[in-house]
Amino acid sequence: MIAIIDYGVGNLFSLSSSLSFLGLDCRVTSRKEDLEDADKIILPGVGAFGDAMERLIKTGLVDTIREQAEKKPLLGICLGMQLLFEKSYEYGEHEGLGLIRGVVAPLAADINPDLKVPHMGWNSLHIIKDDPIFRYFRNGELVYYVHSYYAKNCKESTLGVSQYDVPVAGLVRSGLVYGAQFHPEKSGDAGLRLLRGFADLY
Amino acid sequence: MVSKRIIPCLDVRDGRVVKGVNFEGIQDMADPVDMARWYNETGADELVFYDITASVEGRALFTDILRAVASEIFIPLTVGGGINALEDFDRVLKCGADKVSVNSGAIKDPSLIGAAAKRYGDQCVVLSMDVKRVDGEFKVFAKGGRENTGINAISWARRGEELGAGEIVLNSIDTDGVRGGFDMPMLRAIGEAVTIPVVASGGAGCMEDFSELFKYDRVDAGLAAGIFHTKKVIISDLKRYLAGCGVNVRLEEDKWS
Repeated sequence: MIAIIDYGVGNLFSLSSSLSFLGLDCRVTSRKEDLEDADKIILPGVGAFGDAMERLIKTGLVDTIREQAEKKPLLGICLGMQLLFEKSYEYGEHEGLGLIRGVVAPLAADINPDLKVPHMGWNSLHIIKDDPIFRYFRNGELVYYVHSYYAKNCKESTLGVSQYDVPVAGLVRSGLVYGAQFHPEKSGDAGLRLLRGFADLY
Repeated sequence: MVSKRIIPCLDVRDGRVVKGVNFEGIQDMADPVDMARWYNETGADELVFYDITASVEGRALFTDILRAVASEIFIPLTVGGGINALEDFDRVLKCGADKVSVNSGAIKDPSLIGAAAKRYGDQCVVLSMDVKRVDGEFKVFAKGGRENTGINAISWARRGEELGAGEIVLNSIDTDGVRGGFDMPMLRAIGEAVTIPVVASGGAGCMEDFSELFKYDRVDAGLAAGIFHTKKVIISDLKRYLAGCGVNVRLEEDKWS
């Protein structure tokens, strides 16, 4: 069973639909026991970092997430991926879960000012470090992004990047903890195959 | 870099997809769920659903359809029509929409854009504008293109961006359903005024209209209804054609999932 953490942030409907479409058993939950019972965990999220982190803390699940992330694969998606890092500079400075080394910073500060922010749309994901999660994914396939902040100083954990003037970390991994800046559940067939790759891990 | 998007738009009324010309003369076309599935399979980059239902029962039916579509379609879904308050955002987002398009509701109360952007993020708020030339000036029309608001379209687009809209859809009433090509002068006039992504709508009649459209780099996506619904243009063919013209598009070759 894949547990999708529900902490009142974002739309979990498409994510659970994608997993069901792939024939995978999933549960949208905010119960500690479900996280412990699950084979894998997904941490979704849209919105602002500070607010999301606060809500996640309020669920009382943070310690369980840290504990379980050492035992089973966990995938953070979009803001859920950013929460995995040490710190974010979105509207101030906020502590993250610190499961992956690196920080989350505004994209606008680092790219050509003519480029639009949010980085929104389909962009090619280039694999820079092979990984079992790419089992059904072909190098260079397009995935769907919507974000204004991005992960930095995370070279050692970066598995795949998309170019948006600067290389944007699209997929990261540290131990059993994975993060996708794009939305696999909105990335058509290629995205579904990445989710299948995640479901097939270990 | 980000690819150019091709977006089919489904106008849904009383549970069916319908299509008009110059915003009038509405015809019944197909079942929305079947159609959405077809577009997902043929490589659409996003789907837009407009609820053009007047009644409360129609709205409930639309919500059911939306949920049915969202559970099978794994590309971004934008929903518009009858969005007048934050509760309307909530209603459609809970049914699986990723973005919400506001039009008349934002004209009536521009603060809706900012309030929604603050709650759901800029990327979630799409400002849709129905634009028509009146005495040589681009004007914004409300209520499905029936009412001239007298507002200058260029200043409204700028204001929408300032208020927090993450994307803008420019529908040309002058070229809508005519199939003689997109309204390039209007798109350029407004495209120069904003920095958020621009979706062009109204007037697509053939594949060449899209290659012409994307010669103007500030346009991020092309939206159409009729030519896709009638299968005059199949999206997978269109995207192969555009790739051949040097346009950066997402091609979905042989699927394996």
